Amino acid sequence: MAFLSVRQVRKRFGTNDVLRGVDLEVEAHEVVCLIGASGSGKSTLLRCLNLLETVDDGVIELDGVEITDPQAAVDAVRRDVGIVFQAYNLFPHLSVLDNVALAPRKVRGTPRRDAERAGTELLGRFGLTDKADAHPDALSGGQQQRVALVRALAMRPRVLLLDEVTSALDPLLVGEVLEAVRDLKREGLTIVMATHEMSFAREVADHVVFLDDGLVVESGPAEEVLTTPSDPRTAAFLARSLRTGEKRSGFGTIAG
Amino acid sequence: MTDNAGAWVPSARQVERDRYRRRRTRRRGLVAAASTVVVLGVLVIAVVSAPGWDRVQQTYFDPAMARESVGPVAEAFVTNVELFLIAEVMILALALVVAVIRVAPVPALMPLKILATVYTDVLRGTPTILVILLVGFGLPALQLQGVPESRFVLGLIALTLSYGAYVAEVLRAGILSVHPTQWASGRSLGLSYATTLRLVVLPQAVRRVAPPLLNDFVSLQKDTALVSAIGLVEALRAAQVITQRNFNFTPYVVAAVFFIVATIPLARLTDWLSLRAARRDSGAA
Ligand SMILES: Nc1ncnc2c1ncn2[C@@H]1O[C@H](COP(=O)(O)OP(=O)(O)OP(=O)(O)O)[C@@H](O)[C@H]1O
Ligand SMILES: [Mg+2]
Repeated sequence: MAFLSVRQVRKRFGTNDVLRGVDLEVEAHEVVCLIGASGSGKSTLLRCLNLLETVDDGVIELDGVEITDPQAAVDAVRRDVGIVFQAYNLFPHLSVLDNVALAPRKVRGTPRRDAERAGTELLGRFGLTDKADAHPDALSGGQQQRVALVRALAMRPRVLLLDEVTSALDPLLVGEVLEAVRDLKREGLTIVMATHEMSFAREVADHVVFLDDGLVVESGPAEEVLTTPSDPRTAAFLARSLRTGEKRSGFGTIAG
Repeated sequence: MTDNAGAWVPSARQVERDRYRRRRTRRRGLVAAASTVVVLGVLVIAVVSAPGWDRVQQTYFDPAMARESVGPVAEAFVTNVELFLIAEVMILALALVVAVIRVAPVPALMPLKILATVYTDVLRGTPTILVILLVGFGLPALQLQGVPESRFVLGLIALTLSYGAYVAEVLRAGILSVHPTQWASGRSLGLSYATTLRLVVLPQAVRRVAPPLLNDFVSLQKDTALVSAIGLVEALRAAQVITQRNFNFTPYVVAAVFFIVATIPLARLTDWLSLRAARRDSGAA
């Protein structure tokens, strides 16, 4: 059975059916990219996986345990499932290191010194050593997103959810953050990420899932979905994002 | 930033700019000083040369009366300071509890939520002086066990109730102004609701509302005088006693000076905090 399994998940906000029976399987150590138009439900799905939203129907299982069970230990699940949002991630009143060390200390009960040592080490791996004492507002957008990644990683999650972590960044910073994601993949972390960076999805994703209007329209190996989509809606979406994507001066050059 | 940062010598143009800025600063200072002197001078002359000035001076600015009243008023003013300092702490505690109850999405708190809402609505709508009279005379009249009799304590309770409602609303607004992703970030890391509130949201909220909060405390500082209405001897009451004995209002002016001097540091602190907050929002800090 898959490590993370989503079956017939539904979510509605008022009369707006945002997820209309989503199925998704993610194997351990796999990187899955969610693509789809704005409003198709990518963020909502990720928020459901982290239990920040309660599903209206369907089942989500993590390593064989149903986390959508109302009796599930919510905070325990969230310890295992890290999430990084698009923006407003970091705690502005805390230094970078405190941002990173807070949850290990308060949730896992790690002594401050150990949490800070581990945090410093993680920051170092992402080229942020000299920013440990800075406050978030003194960092560039790319640095902030890398700190957000580090903060999620400091909890040693089993799955990392990334919600368009690069969409507020210029191409150079996009490369910075994506390089970090690539490292994590190499280390075998299981990652589900919503993204608009098609070239990155092609390069790093094992599977690509195309979401349209609250349904998984197509999913499969990255190469297959992105080059020879079988559904016309996928094809239309890819054609559109390719046109706009090229105008963004191309991420490919940075990734190369 | 650059390698030769230490060897950097300002260019001739930069030297000229700096010189110009210094000149401009000095000129602005002179203009400000000159206009202040002129305006104040005109005001003073206008007041002093007014036909009724002599009488006003005798009744409000009598130096002998001022010397006589300064001691008793100062002594009584200690009560105001005590009232203020203790009330401040109690207000913050009460307001924090009320604000948190009002924002927390905990169904079990529903009765408390209703109570908290009614409390803020009623006490924000009631003039502070009325609250003081009601608490000061009403509470003891109930003759309940354990109701304090000290006017100081009753005044303290009244001020806390009255200002707690304002401050609770300020804090609540601050909590609600923190971006929802901050909540989500905290919760998604596995922090509990209470921990997220305490360590993530509240610090940001308090920072944001510090200037309006301090402004409320400036106002509290002078409203301690209202407690004289239930007969507590504080600065205003002390001044009143001397005034009535001598038919001279100078003690009131002396009391006023005490209140003004006491509020100025807090007012300047508020200014400074607002300025800093504004700078930070514009990204300059
Ligand atoms: N808390 C909410 N309350 C009401 N409607 C919501 C809420 N969150 C999301 N929605 C709606 O759900 C739909 C899907 O939103 P979602 O954020 O999941 O889209 P998305 O695929 O992530 O889009 P984007 O690419 O623009 O980020 C949208 O129509 C949105 O208006
Ligand atoms: Mg989204």
